[in-house]
Amino acid sequence: MKKFGGKAIFLDRNDINTDEIIPAKYLTEITKNNLREHLLEDLLLDGRNFNAREEMAEAQVVVTRQNFGCGSSREHAVWAFEVNNIEVIIADSFARIFRQNMFNCGILAIELDKKDIERLFNLSGDVEITIDLDNQLISARVNGADQEAVQCDFEINPFDRDLVSVGGWLAYAAKKY
Amino acid sequence: MGKTIAEKIFAAHLRDTPAPDTMILDLDVVMCHEITTPIAIMDLMDKGMDAVFDNTKIKAVIDHVTPAKDSKTAMQGKIMRDWAKRHNIRDFFDIGANGVCHALFPEKGFVRPGYTVIMGDSHTCTHGAFGAFAAGVGTTDLEVGIYKGVCSFRKPETFRITINGQLSKGVSAKDVILAIIKKITVNGGTDKVIEFVGPVVDAFNMSERMTLCNMAVEAGATSGICMPDRVTAEYLWPFIQDNYTTVDDAIAEFAKWHTDEDASFVEQLTIDVSNLVPQTTIRYKPDQVVDIESLPETTVDQVYIGSCTNGRIEDLRDAAKILQGRQLAQGVRGIVTPATPQIYNMALEEGIIKVFMDAGFCVLNPTCGACLGMSSGVLAEGEVCASTTNRNFNGRMGKGGMVHLMSPLSAAAAAVTGRITDPRNLLED
Repeated sequence: MKKFGGKAIFLDRNDINTDEIIPAKYLTEITKNNLREHLLEDLLLDGRNFNAREEMAEAQVVVTRQNFGCGSSREHAVWAFEVNNIEVIIADSFARIFRQNMFNCGILAIELDKKDIERLFNLSGDVEITIDLDNQLISARVNGADQEAVQCDFEINPFDRDLVSVGGWLAYAAKKY
Repeated sequence: MGKTIAEKIFAAHLRDTPAPDTMILDLDVVMCHEITTPIAIMDLMDKGMDAVFDNTKIKAVIDHVTPAKDSKTAMQGKIMRDWAKRHNIRDFFDIGANGVCHALFPEKGFVRPGYTVIMGDSHTCTHGAFGAFAAGVGTTDLEVGIYKGVCSFRKPETFRITINGQLSKGVSAKDVILAIIKKITVNGGTDKVIEFVGPVVDAFNMSERMTLCNMAVEAGATSGICMPDRVTAEYLWPFIQDNYTTVDDAIAEFAKWHTDEDASFVEQLTIDVSNLVPQTTIRYKPDQVVDIESLPETTVDQVYIGSCTNGRIEDLRDAAKILQGRQLAQGVRGIVTPATPQIYNMALEEGIIKVFMDAGFCVLNPTCGACLGMSSGVLAEGEVCASTTNRNFNGRMGKGGMVHLMSPLSAAAAAVTGRITDPRNLLED
């Protein structure tokens, strides 16, 4: 099974929608790589514009709040993360289509309890998150420490897990149906 | 234990259950447009899977940016055209015959009670108005739909919303759905099918039911759904008359899909709309909704009437009631896009296009256009638009623009006054 994890970025807002993740004007692109520099271009956090290219340059994991990825069905939103090496999004909850698009691409949309999300948000410093898919365990370390600052369980639907292990829904369906 | 309409549709289409609450369904209709389909087509070609599961069950249209506005959108159209030709997809609607997918496909009779429908478009839930299970999906789901005719869903949980009362004059289906989204919030329907029932829904025509179901996704729902009845059967009659002896036979058959009396719901809500007044959104989320009469003076730069939510003939007739004999307020730009060629034609014949033009509106061809800020009426930074569309997200109609969602009556009222206005003040008794 592929390894997931890395440096975390925190997006502290509910209801971040797919128009904010990738504005519709870029939906005319027909290669995923062309989406790279437009990730989260229209995001407003606390009323300020978010400079994604700078703030997310090293990130491989996103931690966020409720209803992440609501709105348009555009899978471009998932691809925009994917081409920026972000293959794990951890949230309080997801919009259905966005969550399904993540697993369909063989990458992770993990829902955690509100209190566990809060524990992650309470960490300060550089946060590194590793995902142990076999044991369904998330570990967060701060500023390069060996010891975990936060560790928590998560649940993944066995079907979603199979999608991740075969690399996505097309590969799965082409073989099975 | 009885079943809901969604549970009945799932049971009738179940192909596989790969995990306890995951169901793989056979699809009756796979709808495609030129924004999310070309990447699916190219990926299938790359992987040596350029095939379609059933070319009679695939319906395709170029609607989001039409006519093409630049080389990239022209290429998206070309990929669709070449693919439709290669696979002999008969129901492909190109320029001259194209229109907004969720308005065009219903008027072609493509959606029937009990069907399963997907499209790479979140407003696919509109088609639930016909008693179908219709869900928006991403490009990978669309690819698998095109190639294999299946899609995965979690076991459907139903949120039943009963709408009682009697709508006042000047208040419409759009106001009802905005009020519902305000109440249940932008994720109140997540992973659920919202079933709309009650006397108000029973009295709604198909256009109104489509407006209701269209915005179910703004509450996060997988699909909106209405019980198929006489209204549904009469709308579909030109397409189903060979299958039934009478409309009553069709109604009787449709009833098999109806939610059983002893079905169970994960959530229920009953609202009375008798005192509902015209609604509009404020700020950037579709659940941020207020009574127009309570809004401080809000001037507008543009009024946009169209889209899969409110671009049907009934919507244009509503707007024309206000626009008749009136002019756009000084400095306000008016844009109307009838959602399909048939609607455009009807509006021409009924004199509605002339009403719009006499008022000073620009009449566009059928397209999704400015609703998602891709073309045909994008806002400049700091501009405000009164719009009959479905999303007021930050940047939706153009970076730095503000969109206020409202009914066609309210949008027309904003057009002639230059500010967001309760349309009841402008309607004749």
